[in-house]
Amino acid sequence: MRESQEQSRARASARTVGAALEVALEGAWRLQGATPRWGSVILKARPPQVRLLAEGLSYWDTSLVAFVGEAKRWCADAGVACDMESLPEKLRLLGGQFADSLSKGARSDHSRSLFEEAGLSTIEAMTQGRDFLQFVGECWIAAKRLVTGQAGLRLFDCLGEMQKCGAMALPIVSLISFLVGITLAYSGAIVLIRFGGDIWVADLIGVAMTREMGAMMAGVVLAGRTGAAYAAEIGSMKANEEIDALTILGISPIRFLVLPRVIALGLMMPLLALYANCLGILGGMAVAYSVLDIPPAAYWVEMLTIVDLPDVTVGVVKSVVYGLIVGLSGCLRGLQAENNAAGVGKAATSAVVTAILFIIVADAVFAVVFHAIGL
Amino acid sequence: MEAAPAIEVTDLACAYEDRRVLEKVSFKVRTAEIFFVIGATGAGKTTLLRNMVGLATPVQGEVRFNGRPFTGADPAERREMLKTFGLSFQGGALWTSLTLSENIALPLEEYTRLPKDEIGRIAAFRLSQVGLSGFEGYYPSEISGGMKKRAGLARALALDPQIVFFDEPSAGLDPVTARNLDRLILQIRDTFGTTIVIVSHDVDSILGIADRLIMLDVDARGIVAEGPPAALVAPPADPKVVDFLTRRTVRS
Repeated sequence: MRESQEQSRARASARTVGAALEVALEGAWRLQGATPRWGSVILKARPPQVRLLAEGLSYWDTSLVAFVGEAKRWCADAGVACDMESLPEKLRLLGGQFADSLSKGARSDHSRSLFEEAGLSTIEAMTQGRDFLQFVGECWIAAKRLVTGQAGLRLFDCLGEMQKCGAMALPIVSLISFLVGITLAYSGAIVLIRFGGDIWVADLIGVAMTREMGAMMAGVVLAGRTGAAYAAEIGSMKANEEIDALTILGISPIRFLVLPRVIALGLMMPLLALYANCLGILGGMAVAYSVLDIPPAAYWVEMLTIVDLPDVTVGVVKSVVYGLIVGLSGCLRGLQAENNAAGVGKAATSAVVTAILFIIVADAVFAVVFHAIGL
Repeated sequence: MEAAPAIEVTDLACAYEDRRVLEKVSFKVRTAEIFFVIGATGAGKTTLLRNMVGLATPVQGEVRFNGRPFTGADPAERREMLKTFGLSFQGGALWTSLTLSENIALPLEEYTRLPKDEIGRIAAFRLSQVGLSGFEGYYPSEISGGMKKRAGLARALALDPQIVFFDEPSAGLDPVTARNLDRLILQIRDTFGTTIVIVSHDVDSILGIADRLIMLDVDARGIVAEGPPAALVAPPADPKVVDFLTRRTVRS
């Protein structure tokens, strides 16, 4: 048994006969078994002639083709005569093709130097910036044409989008805002209890939710829920040539696809943010009642001593901007998507990242601006 | 004076993802002609089509429709010209959120002041022209690939275009459906005098309905043959064209 295994093993043994190096190919050459490599047979030898023999060959597949091809290539490179006359004709032919593919298949070098990488990244960043500005500019022009009555809006599309991004987002916005209210109340209570100012939890929650967290949480939820959906939807439309079909009819994709979505988000976001405010305050109230023994009426009255209309306005203004950011990021990434399935996935991810990044940046800018104007 | 050709392409150079695939391509398409752009896969047929209709910007050269320059035209002028041609996409490219009827109605809503019910009737008529009567309320996801192509053609015909471009109309279709589509194309041309430009490598289609054709080649990065199909295979013919247009099987 062992002997037959030994016999069927692929072997290539070299011996010098006169001026030539004879390489005897024996056994069964299988791609999935262990086979000798040309490099390990020839080592550092430089014979004037190489002769390949195949008398003891029982079976062969591409593994032997590769061996013969490499041998032929090596002989051609080293200027050594290669005698393959005794090999089966098919093997000679395939070996020749393999050798040819070795010489043709010059590997393309994808590595880049640090300078190249830096330069290409800079160009990429500039292109991205230019695309973004161009997109915002096109949206601005389309919006202006809409307002001045030069172009119409597909109202039905817009209402459909409003339902999708507004009404259908209520459950998730409810849950998240309520939980944020609870978390804020617990965190606030840790400090406030030490000063005996438990009741100020109401003030803390009221201000935090109306000025910051309501709009922010609604923005983040919609970035993940609606922004990603926009990017995927528009991205797959692009892969399906639907955007080209619009362009070829002279219909601007911005007006047809982007504006209804961005307008829908811009209108729905403030409503969602106000709703998130209420739920967050309710969450705080629940903690205040159950953990701090503050009656809801007291909580409400205390909150009204500090939360005023400007606070709510600040939140609403922010939410409109966040809505526009989420809508624009989603649509931009969708339109930029590569025309394949992976491109659509990347666009959706990128839309969420872009939206959240710009929401945080906008929030920081708002903080400075509102402070400066005393709001 | 001879009327301007329906399409005149002069010295067009096109790139696909930064790689130049076509250089100095010039040809003319006469009005009411069925004109094929043929060539092996990767020869730049679709790239040429996209550059001609403005879906991509040519590196250099010019495209004129009925004597009016299209490349470099200002947006308003371009929009006007876009109204005069239709493009039937390879996969149909129907808007998935709209029904077949709404797909065809959209260009009419954009460019005409027809009442809604009239637009609906025209859409139904267009669908019946391509053999899709009764499918008005279907969404693209609910119909087969061949039906999508036909619906895409119905949409391309919505505005009674003077020129219709087809991107691989018979790709992915069985021979019978493909021949039916050829018949439909012929019928459109004969009825409306529409100029038809077809990008294809379906030999049966080419030999069946082409008036003239150009053949693109990867190595030449441009046109290697131009003329009626019968003239191109007659000796002395370019072996590449003969190879393409005559059906020599591998076994023969």
